[in-house]
Amino acid sequence: MRNITLSQAVNEALAEEMRRDPTTFIIGEDVAEAGTPFKVLSGLVEEFGTDRVIDTPIAEPGFMGMAVGAAMTGARPIVDLMFGDFIFLIMDQLCNQAAKIHYMSGGKLNVPLVVRTNMGATRRSAAQHSQSLQALVAHIPGLKVAMPSSAYEAKGLMKTAIRDNNPVVIFEDKLMYQDKAPVQEEEYLIPFGEANVKREGKDISLIATSSMVQVAEKAAEILSKEGIEAEVIDPRTIVPLDEKTLIESVKKTSRAIVIDEGHQSYGVTSEIASRLNEKAFYHLDAPVLRMGAMDVPVPFSPALEDITVPTPEGVAENARKLCSGELIHAA
Amino acid sequence: MAKAKTNTEDYLRMYRQMVRIRTFEDNANQLYLSAKMPGLTHMYSGEEAVAVGICEALTDDDRITSTHRGHGHCVAKGAEFKEMFCELLGKEEGYCRGKGGSMHIADQSHGNLGANAIVGGSMGIATGSALRSKMLGHDDVTVCFFGDGATAQGLLYEVMNMAALWNLPVIYACENNGYSEYTKTEEIAAGSITARAEAFGIEAFKIDGQDVLAVNELTQKLVARCRKGEGPFFIELETYRYHGHHVGDINREYYRSKDEEKDWKENRDPIIRFRGWLVEQGIASEEEIEAMNAEIEKDATEAVAYAEAAKYPDVSEVDMHVYAD
Ligand SMILES: Cc1ncc(C[n+]2csc(CCOP(=O)(O)OP(=O)(O)O)c2C)c(N)n1
Ligand SMILES: [Mg+2]
Repeated sequence: MRNITLSQAVNEALAEEMRRDPTTFIIGEDVAEAGTPFKVLSGLVEEFGTDRVIDTPIAEPGFMGMAVGAAMTGARPIVDLMFGDFIFLIMDQLCNQAAKIHYMSGGKLNVPLVVRTNMGATRRSAAQHSQSLQALVAHIPGLKVAMPSSAYEAKGLMKTAIRDNNPVVIFEDKLMYQDKAPVQEEEYLIPFGEANVKREGKDISLIATSSMVQVAEKAAEILSKEGIEAEVIDPRTIVPLDEKTLIESVKKTSRAIVIDEGHQSYGVTSEIASRLNEKAFYHLDAPVLRMGAMDVPVPFSPALEDITVPTPEGVAENARKLCSGELIHAA
Repeated sequence: MAKAKTNTEDYLRMYRQMVRIRTFEDNANQLYLSAKMPGLTHMYSGEEAVAVGICEALTDDDRITSTHRGHGHCVAKGAEFKEMFCELLGKEEGYCRGKGGSMHIADQSHGNLGANAIVGGSMGIATGSALRSKMLGHDDVTVCFFGDGATAQGLLYEVMNMAALWNLPVIYACENNGYSEYTKTEEIAAGSITARAEAFGIEAFKIDGQDVLAVNELTQKLVARCRKGEGPFFIELETYRYHGHHVGDINREYYRSKDEEKDWKENRDPIIRFRGWLVEQGIASEEEIEAMNAEIEKDATEAVAYAEAAKYPDVSEVDMHVYAD
């Protein structure tokens, strides 16, 4: 099988779906000739033209709202939001409009659109270009949220997102665009709500999203040298969430750490941890730990930024404590 | 600083400030190219007459809001090289203790409320600052810098409406450098830019942003009128950025020709033009100007060396300043 970058994988998914369905189009800033600042969309405008790869002014609420309208009336827009941080600008159109229209119309209207955007710190981009805001979106009923952890997932999840009849937000980790992974030539889709067990283990479950899957895998390697076998699970979509796979894993291992790059408080890690507590409590030998980004705006200085996100060493250290029964209650 | 710029000293300071901005940017670009700077940064080179012409008409009490392309505004408003380079390198002695970096430099002591990485993100802030000035009976004026691309943001129209309704002392300064990222302005802005402000009854001006004296003269008038309660105003300044959108945007011929860049650099450069005028008017000799340039270059070199050697903030600072005491 060939290896392609996450960026190429997204590009292929978009091209395939746009060939398949003439009602799809891409709309966003510098998506056409420039192919976005990360060059993810390069080549698409050459194939599909500027009618279907539409460069907009810097007017996020405007083009997001237009995507909602187009989706309600028969098109399948793919909104390109240059940085995940700009979600705050489109919140009304996304959360008050797109998310609720199907419900409010008693199921009569659909809003089949995709917002593809990104997340992730440690790029020295400071507080307004480094956030991981998936929890904010996941909080709103009516929105689905996908978090690809490699090129393979990025392609399969994007194709599913485009065919889904709901608004879907996909967060790509901007540090992973050049990461390669095996991706088959033949067409495939990855269904939403199916977690992927990346590595099997019996001692502790490491449940991780997006780039944190790599962090968890590295931690698992460190741990296996010490005789601790960690199971690494990637939920792939956080809405819908494959609770069943997560709970089964925890029933087997009886310990878990949940890792996500969003802020730790009120975040994705909190939600998953409390579901495990509610549904697997009597199987647990230790409290489920959350590891998210520190609850601070992302600092610019490399000396500070690097300590705000979970690392393999940090995950391994916490896993060791959980497995040795060390009391790690904060208070 | 707000006195009429009719004497030699004022002219020379305007020249000096423009050269300081250019020199700062050349050094910042060099830091990027030699991989010493974390992240990316947006160069102000080419647009110096805009920031200097405007800020030389302001006092330290007057406020500005700046943009992602903010080093020029920061220098023009009175900032020091040392603290700026420290900030660009994420060092503790930077204006924001390394927490902000290039896109968030703020300099409270000179009334710079900060650069902003959200395009259009400071329009509310600038207008709110003007609201406070009027409400508390102060006489300071706020200048809101933003690019042509930022005119696409709806926020501008919400706040211009209120500023006009309530006669707020704010000047909207649109730096039209012909591009927003990799897209030409005419592809993203329908109709006239100044007409957008005029629709709210705001007096709007379109001027040559490469002519520091023209910019300064107009701004002085508008600032004086703002202080008398006649604001708000809108200025569109035609200018040009010499570098790419950011320092990493090097192969850019697919959206902007080399000939166009050459034309602006050779025929409309604000520093060359003003230097010629200073010499012609007998305000400074070539030798004096060269000496000034050399001194600024030396300042910058020293500040860079200082910043490179300066220390990073202690890791214990990471959760300081999330909340105010
Ligand atoms: C809300 C928002 N959308 C998009 C961006 C990405 N972006 C950064 S600068 C820029 C172009 C800004 O153009 P302009 O306002 O003309 O300023 P210039 O860079 O030309 O000085 C864009 C699209 C952003 N930072 N914020
Ligand atoms: Mg511009």
